[in-house]
Amino acid sequence: MIALPLKNGLFRYLLILIFFVGFAVPSQASEAAEEGEEFNVSEVIMHHVLDDHIWHFFDGHYGTLYLPVIVYSQERGLEFFSSSNFYDEHHNVIEYNGYRLEHSHIYLGETEVLDLSITKNVAMLFLTAILVFWVMKSVANGYKRNQGQAPKGIQSFMEPIILFVKDEVIKPNAGPKADKYTPYLLTLFFFILFGNILGLLPGAANMTGNIAVTSVLALFTFLITNFSGNKGYWGHIFWTPGVPLPLRLIILPVEIIGIFTKPFALMIRLFAAITAGHIVVLSLLCMGFIFHSYMVGVGASIFVTLINLIELLVAGIQAYVFTLFSSLYIGMATEEHEHH
Amino acid sequence: MELLTPGYGLIFWQIVVFLLLFFLLAKMAWKPILSSLKEREASIQNSLDSAERAKDEMAALKADNEKLLKEAREERDKILRDARDAANRLHDQAQTDAKKAADKMIEDAKSVIQTEKQAALRDVKAQVAMFSLEVAEKLIKKNLEKDKDQKDLVDRFINDLKIN
Repeated sequence: MIALPLKNGLFRYLLILIFFVGFAVPSQASEAAEEGEEFNVSEVIMHHVLDDHIWHFFDGHYGTLYLPVIVYSQERGLEFFSSSNFYDEHHNVIEYNGYRLEHSHIYLGETEVLDLSITKNVAMLFLTAILVFWVMKSVANGYKRNQGQAPKGIQSFMEPIILFVKDEVIKPNAGPKADKYTPYLLTLFFFILFGNILGLLPGAANMTGNIAVTSVLALFTFLITNFSGNKGYWGHIFWTPGVPLPLRLIILPVEIIGIFTKPFALMIRLFAAITAGHIVVLSLLCMGFIFHSYMVGVGASIFVTLINLIELLVAGIQAYVFTLFSSLYIGMATEEHEHH
Repeated sequence: MELLTPGYGLIFWQIVVFLLLFFLLAKMAWKPILSSLKEREASIQNSLDSAERAKDEMAALKADNEKLLKEAREERDKILRDARDAANRLHDQAQTDAKKAADKMIEDAKSVIQTEKQAALRDVKAQVAMFSLEVAEKLIKKNLEKDKDQKDLVDRFINDLKIN
């Protein structure tokens, strides 16, 4: 449903994607080869998947975006400087002002400081949020401009998606108060969808595949579910009706664990699906460098194209699933239980 | 493992940005979008309902028209029938009246004629009697100049009387 309207732009997009990904990885590899080190596949992949204080697009002077570092420590208080201070002209990590960058963690002396830096993923988060807001604001403006008329432009592109989420995902699952939770669930859906798709772009950060991001999203669903839980919801957890007394005592801890496993599953599912997709794409692209063969590289690129198509599908599916399960949990917490 | 340990910074920014995004979108995007969608759904439903209503009204109107037409036709038939009856009645009446008048006129004429006839007859009788008397006087004067004639006459009278 999301891939269909994209059909025309899809191939163009994929061509660009292959082009850039194809260039980004060899540059990494050549860098490693020049230094006479062995090409470490897992390091390259992890580097792409994990967060970073710089945003590396390609090698060379202008290829790297040095993001701002914001750190807080009890000794120094809040400090703000560019991450370029951590690198010398040969791109080696150096110490700056007593701060030490080690595997993307910043230490002051021996203790790790509270790192609130605008990292690659935070920058990606800003971009995603701005894009979602801009698109949805345009859609909303479209409704104001074409009041009582047929939708136009981006409005007519987004409307079926909004209607699908509202009528097929939220309304049947989010219980009797679905309307109240629709804004949250729509925000959730479009944030994840845009994050997933933007994450597929070459050079983009793996934002929705970061466990910090998914854990916060799951936390919101967890809080909303439990704060809007009615008497029936808590009754089913603490004193499950229609079950013999001894069984109730066994069910009680299971139900309490269940409160936490639901959002935990949400967190892991999105994180794993997106990160796994990125790892698969990168692994296939690295095959050419492992085998030192152009032919393998060409074959792997064709395969990566297909995987990217699947990833596009996964981007939609994961956004759908996260929203669907959030709706279901909220629906289960707010529905009116019949008395057994 | 690095992959599974969430960074505090990203958690902080994610909470801030997502909440901000949620509130901004809820106020500036979802509210107008959802209300417009609801409005459109309502207007579509209204249009369908009113179309259905219009259809029903049309059917009712058509039925009414037919009923009216039928009534009008009946009314027309009734008026025509009444008119024909009235005309017939008037015609008959006129005929009887005319006949009566004619009869009466004839009657009157007859009685006048009768009266005139009677009067004429009376006159004629009187005249005849007068003439008869004169004739008789003259005859008698002439015939009875002689005695014998007188005697014959008397005899004849007597004879006549005897016959009678």
